[in-house]
Amino acid sequence: MVRTTLAAGLAALAVSLTSSVAFAQTEITWWHAMGAELGEKLEQIAQGFNDSQDTYVVTPVFKGSYPETLTAAIAAFRANEQPAIVQVFEVGTGTMMAAQGAVYPVHQLMADMGQPWEPSGFLQPVVGYYSDTEGNILSMPFNSSTPILYYNKDAFEAAGLDPEVAPATWAQVEEFSRQIVESGAANCGFTSGWISWVQLENLSAIHDQQYGTLENGFGGLGTEFTFNGPVQVKHWENLKRWADEGLFQYGGPVGGADAPPKFYSGECAMYMNSSASRAGVILNAQNFEVGFAPLPYYEDEIEEPKNSIIGGATLWVLNGHSPEVYQGAAEFFTYLSQPEVQADWHQATGYLPITNAAYELGQEQGYYAENPGSDIAIEQITRGEPTPNSKGVRFGNLTQVRDAVDAEFEALLAGQKSAQEALDAAVEAGNRILRDFEAANS
Amino acid sequence: MQTKRTIFPNKGLPYLLLAPQLVITFVFFLWPAGQAVKSSFEREDPFGFRTTFVWFENYQRLFREPSYINSLWTSLVFSVAVTAISMGVSLLLAVAVNRLLRSGRIYTTLLVWPYAVAPVVAGILWWFMFNPTIGILPYVLDALGINWNHRVNANHAMILIVLAASWKQISYNFLFFVAGLQSVPQSLTEAAAIDGAGPFKRFWTIVFPLLSPTTFFLLIVNINYAMFDTFGIIDASTSGGPAGATNTLVYKVYADGFLGLNIGSSSAQSVVLMAIVIALTAIQFRYVERRVQY
Repeated sequence: MVRTTLAAGLAALAVSLTSSVAFAQTEITWWHAMGAELGEKLEQIAQGFNDSQDTYVVTPVFKGSYPETLTAAIAAFRANEQPAIVQVFEVGTGTMMAAQGAVYPVHQLMADMGQPWEPSGFLQPVVGYYSDTEGNILSMPFNSSTPILYYNKDAFEAAGLDPEVAPATWAQVEEFSRQIVESGAANCGFTSGWISWVQLENLSAIHDQQYGTLENGFGGLGTEFTFNGPVQVKHWENLKRWADEGLFQYGGPVGGADAPPKFYSGECAMYMNSSASRAGVILNAQNFEVGFAPLPYYEDEIEEPKNSIIGGATLWVLNGHSPEVYQGAAEFFTYLSQPEVQADWHQATGYLPITNAAYELGQEQGYYAENPGSDIAIEQITRGEPTPNSKGVRFGNLTQVRDAVDAEFEALLAGQKSAQEALDAAVEAGNRILRDFEAANS
Repeated sequence: MQTKRTIFPNKGLPYLLLAPQLVITFVFFLWPAGQAVKSSFEREDPFGFRTTFVWFENYQRLFREPSYINSLWTSLVFSVAVTAISMGVSLLLAVAVNRLLRSGRIYTTLLVWPYAVAPVVAGILWWFMFNPTIGILPYVLDALGINWNHRVNANHAMILIVLAASWKQISYNFLFFVAGLQSVPQSLTEAAAIDGAGPFKRFWTIVFPLLSPTTFFLLIVNINYAMFDTFGIIDASTSGGPAGATNTLVYKVYADGFLGLNIGSSSAQSVVLMAIVIALTAIQFRYVERRVQY
């Protein structure tokens, strides 16, 4: 760790020295939140751009977790020290969109700098998720993911299940889990990362249930939460019951830090989390074979499940830099959109290919045929016709709302509240947070 | 005690000598505190484009918020438990070590180690030991019929952070108690022993009262520690959960301000926290200190 930091520091120093002395290249700072393997891949991409031309140098800087990166960028903006490009997670989208004076919208940037910009080349759900009310994309899609189901084929086999058949519905999840636990193939049926994102936001989208008024918040700041509907209540009741029966184990709040080890260690036979967990799952699941499947649904609530929704992050360009910097940022984005770069990033990390061209390139390369399950996320997010309920969610201060959702989920598991009470309380707390945001931004 | 008066012939010199300390106090305490007070009366978007002066609205909202009331209560339980446990245990250890002649030094060294551990690392350490899936202690507890899960059970989570925070503070308290015990004149305890007082009687009537300045000092330090310095432990072990059961005041300031980007509310919370600690310290100096014998 120390050594890599040192090496990175030296490399950055070398880059800045050569840039200032030799070519006087324009430096474009890029703050990001990609650690470990993802961070190394990201630096490779920046290096690829730097090697491809002589005028600009993109300097990636790791700023910690997503919330830390966003907070750092905002603090830097207030101190007039902001980076040119910052990676902001989908939860921060509402906050960034409301900060009009701080952001240089990417569609405008590309037009001003004479760079090609073709939003229709992006995957439809990506465009839908990141467009403002006028249909303009304000930030550059970079790493988008969506939750899928991972399962332990060996445990399935040990429980007498067909390892090639993943549960498609929640009824099957329950049935399979019970068989797995009763046969002793694993201690628990399934666990989940990101309860708020996977077991509430995506659950609502897949079942075409409204999450908030005004098209899930896309229509304006006056939105109110409505995620305490019958389908969500039913699902949370089930999760509580399954937790009590030992079929489901809770992995902790926010991202669910305890969920991955439960799956890796064989404690739980199924695991729901971001498609970008794929690299980690393959690396850590040494003792068993992993299967991939779409998220389950309730077949009595919806015949054809809708698309799931996006997580991950986009790149925002911040105001207050020189035209040269913006020219460089625009050219960097053009580089990023190339099918080769996109496909490489997508295949190395498990994030979605952002453009249709990158997806097609992967198909031509035979990547999906060689790596079964690697296209589940794309198929799941592009299936069917998106409705206002499945297009995504956009709320200000969503980080705090998710904390409230986590807290209520924990109250449910502890038996302090029923599913209806917990969701009602989460809606109430969430609406209070939305009103705060509305007041501060209007 | 007679105080010696030092006379400076140059009027400017004392101020000059004090200046570095004053500058540090101003830059690192007064100025940020002033900023916090200012922004606690404002409502602002994260980027600072729109700032509205809202008088006491942030405070009013705060005290209407059930999670804040819960946080007050959590902090109370947490700081009382941490202070009591860390001071009690370290006094016990200090008394035990004080009786040892040769090995005392080794124990002292060993007991000081946890103080060198960074709070976050301490939090991770305890999180690891108590991890419901991979931890060693839940495994042992399971054999005793206790199903440990601090992710769901509020009491378990509170026990976890109290243990971790106390463990970390014991070293500090221990050092002060050992030093305090060594300054208790041996002749007094010997005289009492000759008069027939047992070890307990000797401790409670002679040693403990003579330790009171140390105890009083540590009481204030420990309450401040529990209120402010335990952020790293909570962040790394429970992140304030489950259901806000370990969301102490200082953690909530962080969560609302840095994660939630609600600067007005976060500032109002830190001002309230500051007021609580000032009030507590004032009360302690006013009432508890009277009973301290220097």
